[in-house]
Amino acid sequence: MSVILILILASLGLATAFLAGFIWAVKSGQFEDTCTPSMRILTDETVPPTKPNTALKPIKNLN
Amino acid sequence: MARPAGLNLDGKYPSYVDRGLEKAVMDTAESPLARLALGLSVGPARGRTPGLDRVVCYHCGESCSDDTFCRVEKVFCCQGCLVVHELLAENGLEQFYSLSQHPGVRVRPARSRERWTYLDEEKLQRQLLDFTDGNSSRITLLIPAIHCVACVWLLENLFRLHPGVGKTQVNFPRREVSISFAPARIKLSELIALLASIGYDPQLTLGELTRTPKTSTRQRQWLQVGIAGFAFGNIMLFSLPAYLGLDSLSGPLFRALFGYLSLGLAIPVVVYSASDYWRSSWLSIRQRVLTLDVPITLGLAALYAQSAWEILSRHGEGYLDSLAGLVFFLLCGRVFQQKTQDRIVFDRDYKSFFPLAVTRKKGLGEEHVAISNLQVGDRLLLRNGELIPADARLVSGQALIDYSFVTGEADPVTKHAGDYLYAGGQQVGATVEVETLKPVSQSYLTSLWGHEAFQKKHGEHLNTLTNEYSRRFTRIVVVVAAAAALFWIFRGDTARGLKAFASVLIVACPCALALAAPFTLGTAQRLLARLQIFLKNALVLERLAQVDAIVFDKTGTLTSAQNNTVQFHPAQSTRGALSTLECRWVRLLTCHSLHPHSTRISGYIKDEAETSAGLPVPTTTSFPLDEIQRFTETPGRGISGRVEGHELLLGSKAWLEQSGVLVPDLPPISGSVSGLAIDGEFRGFFVFANALRPETERLVRALGQTHELALLSGDNERERGQFERLFGLNSRLHFNQTPTDKLSFVQALQESGKTVMMVGDGLNDAGALKQSDVGVAVVEQVGAFSPASDLIVAAGQVPRLADILAFARTSVRVVHWSFAISGLYNLVGISIAAAGVLSPIICAILMPLSSITVVLFACGATSLAARRSGLSANRRSPTPLDFSPS
Repeated sequence: MSVILILILASLGLATAFLAGFIWAVKSGQFEDTCTPSMRILTDETVPPTKPNTALKPIKNLN
Repeated sequence: MARPAGLNLDGKYPSYVDRGLEKAVMDTAESPLARLALGLSVGPARGRTPGLDRVVCYHCGESCSDDTFCRVEKVFCCQGCLVVHELLAENGLEQFYSLSQHPGVRVRPARSRERWTYLDEEKLQRQLLDFTDGNSSRITLLIPAIHCVACVWLLENLFRLHPGVGKTQVNFPRREVSISFAPARIKLSELIALLASIGYDPQLTLGELTRTPKTSTRQRQWLQVGIAGFAFGNIMLFSLPAYLGLDSLSGPLFRALFGYLSLGLAIPVVVYSASDYWRSSWLSIRQRVLTLDVPITLGLAALYAQSAWEILSRHGEGYLDSLAGLVFFLLCGRVFQQKTQDRIVFDRDYKSFFPLAVTRKKGLGEEHVAISNLQVGDRLLLRNGELIPADARLVSGQALIDYSFVTGEADPVTKHAGDYLYAGGQQVGATVEVETLKPVSQSYLTSLWGHEAFQKKHGEHLNTLTNEYSRRFTRIVVVVAAAAALFWIFRGDTARGLKAFASVLIVACPCALALAAPFTLGTAQRLLARLQIFLKNALVLERLAQVDAIVFDKTGTLTSAQNNTVQFHPAQSTRGALSTLECRWVRLLTCHSLHPHSTRISGYIKDEAETSAGLPVPTTTSFPLDEIQRFTETPGRGISGRVEGHELLLGSKAWLEQSGVLVPDLPPISGSVSGLAIDGEFRGFFVFANALRPETERLVRALGQTHELALLSGDNERERGQFERLFGLNSRLHFNQTPTDKLSFVQALQESGKTVMMVGDGLNDAGALKQSDVGVAVVEQVGAFSPASDLIVAAGQVPRLADILAFARTSVRVVHWSFAISGLYNLVGISIAAAGVLSPIICAILMPLSSITVVLFACGATSLAARRSGLSANRRSPTPLDFSPS
């Protein structure tokens, strides 16, 4: 029966990992706007991929 | 997208080739322009289908009837659009045009960067920027022009246009864009100028300074739901062995382990996820009101205490799955209800209407200065369309001030040097100089916001439907719980008595009750939002159902500027209608004046010519300025000039008579009038009527049967007759109303015991909207400025007000039914609990079952009610791209 202990640990660990992922997603503002990403994905990237100036990378979470 | 369908742009276009033919065509009398000249009344050119002969701009899709620019088979309506196109082409951004049809925004005439230099002031920047560390800054701007997928793409590729721009992110529903940039390489003013140069003028009003981000509360809500859901799932997993009777197999060790794990998982649910319920029930207890949050928290406390006792004393497995489930469902209901349209702002005040900066005279030159730095005695320059930011005195010349937004007066008023000008008016015509007399915060317009109506809060959260039920409900539950406990204790079974007491509190935890209103009203709110009717919150629907008096504003609400009609009535004595040639002269004359009447006459002639197939339009290009001589404009009087050897006079009757024209008596007509004289002979007059919105008559009739109606207008009485016919002779029609008059009227109506709905559109209605029980703001463009209100209705939906009111009443009935259903479940649950035989498994089945039934009933019945009231969203299924401002 002690195998159940390992399974419980595994399931809790997995669930916690998912929760952590969710918290990260919320904190990084992914739930702020669920509409624009669905539009963004429609535009093909045919322009030569010059990246935006990386020195200007916005600070991730300002809120 | 409500843009004209684009044409195949590969073809050849006659409009800029055929100008030579114009004269010949103009002289044929068969055209609709001639029909117009015969004095036939023709409505405004609305809803016309784009004819095949119309050329639309490759960039913005507007028709190119005036000046046309072309480059390699592409046609542009103006220099601005052409420049943007070339700019995009140079930077390899031509993909913009393949994303959407004519995605561009018409570019207003180029303005110099100096216009925005005031933005580089550090103090202002501190308020505007989200973040700055000297090397990089980030700003969030509201850009109303964002309307399609191509806009999103272009703005997010802004870095290709300037090396100083970093990452750009668009929030489409809110029409916001946040831009990172290097202040060392591109100043804020240059960034704004760059945006403006491609047609995306950000909204820079005084309100931007005080805008607060909503992000933190929304993030918190999501986190609370997520954690409750996480705990719910895991606790249920641990509870399953107990429900399925596997306890005997797994042994006491696992039973204890599962119990402790569940107990631990439930802690964040009780402490963090349910924290808002603890807080609000504490508040309501302190205010001595029993809101629904009180029994909820009572239930939560009982659940956790009972479970903890059972688990720690190894008596059972507790009710923690029910607890987590309860909190999870409650939070889901809250998210469902509150996830409304972010882009709609309900609490705007005058600040959103005021610009961030004005032009101040400085020595010989001029400078742009932030309004917050404005001082009494400053000399300001007001250009056409600019707003008077503070009460001021006109220094020189004559001004024509349009107060329509503040007072509702439809026509601009003439002011002379030395006159007092109230804040909020807009100058029409030439640039004038004014001297400020009061600080911005103490001016006429802003003082309205100091009125007590803006200070008091509606006791919204206290008198709701749910709270009425919960007051009774809580008392009953406490009485039943105590009675059950006493009953068993007197029979000598103290343990059972305590259990019964806790069980009743647990099972009566009004989950279903708490979900009924949010889901019904939330569904209603969502269905209405698809029809461009936006509720500030779901409670507005409850108040809508109680409305028994409706007060309308006239200008902009029942009438609309877009529906204004111009009619030409030829003088009876003379030669009758105008010839096409004369029409052309009139248009040429009116082209040069900025007075709203002139633009309307001009637009009227142009519209008529445009609707007629292929008729070339007399434009400023085809008639350059030098073809008109001695053009003079007398403010408040009229305009005159000499065209092709003929003297034209267009203006008020008195003015024409002064100029020596014999004017016959005009028949009584509603609306304002401009007379026309050619070569000293009176030829007729143009009548400007404020046309009612379509279907207004039907609406007023329908509402008049069930509600008490009144009309308030800031405008003068000349249209009284028209509205008496509409509202009936005994109705309350009040004209010449100041904003404060309107407020007092609504107040008086409320004091006579009525629940008042005020329907208005402008700042002049702001006080009345605030005072009324339900303030309805009518907007031409969703997302554009509207005064603070409870309900925002797109102008096109105004005729549906009667349906909306009926729907609100049905929705409230649905809430009552939902309460009845959840009451039934509670009856069953409480009977079991009072008997002292409640087990965790019954609880675990009963609670979700009751919640889900209520949620399904609430959503289903509301959708059905919407379909019955003709408010079904099926008529119009919006896509994300449907927020088009056009």
